[in-house]
Amino acid sequence: MDVAVKETMTESELKALKIGKLVDARGTACPGPLLEAKRAIGECPVAGVMEVQSSDNGTIVDIQRWCRKMGHEYLGNVANDGFWSVYLQRKA
Amino acid sequence: MNDRLNNDQLLQDLVNRVEALEREAPKNQLALGVVSGDPERTMAALMVALGATTFDMEVDMFFMFSALEALRDPKKVNKDQLDSTPGVGPPMIKFDLKKHGAMSLEELIGAAAETGVRITVCNLSMDLMGIKREELIDYPNLSFAGVAAFVDMCSQSKQCWFM
Repeated sequence: MDVAVKETMTESELKALKIGKLVDARGTACPGPLLEAKRAIGECPVAGVMEVQSSDNGTIVDIQRWCRKMGHEYLGNVANDGFWSVYLQRKA
Repeated sequence: MNDRLNNDQLLQDLVNRVEALEREAPKNQLALGVVSGDPERTMAALMVALGATTFDMEVDMFFMFSALEALRDPKKVNKDQLDSTPGVGPPMIKFDLKKHGAMSLEELIGAAAETGVRITVCNLSMDLMGIKREELIDYPNLSFAGVAAFVDMCSQSKQCWFM
């Protein structure tokens, strides 16, 4: 794996981010969260932060790879009660 | 004067060759051959197709043989004909998709339609399976072709899989 699950920001930094677009994809399984992220990215302002909430653990790595390919920046993820918040910054 | 002429010829030759390379270069495109009547394979192929669309890839799916069963609309099928065809019927999934929030075959096809995934149906398979065009699901990007079309899709695509 050349994409490691590593946090680039601390949990408190991530939680303090101003969210430009929130995507609640909880309750949908793969590939639902990624489809919803793709659908929503256009509604996130450029340079803004998008938070993708997913109950599918696979979303974390999927979003990292997606960001690398699409040119967005993966910021990290936070484990919540039964779901994960995955943060990224829209680049273009 | 002679050198100038040679340079012009060389340049034109290079332009021609670059244009030929560009025509042949694979695009950011995925071609999927779907051949199995096993709904798990069809669902997996659709999931991969949807994943590719999130990467802005264009996706072509080519359906052959029993895979066509997934494209048959149960509401449009002539019941008598269905009963008289052994082993043919609506695809059965052995998982509890709902419980895990997974998309059903219908939902996957709906999402594929929405994200612009193109479906091409093998003409021969239509005949072999005894499926009429009016029995197929309503799908915005559905067309019919022979196997050469799939070969051409593959030659234009970065990735081609046969599932």
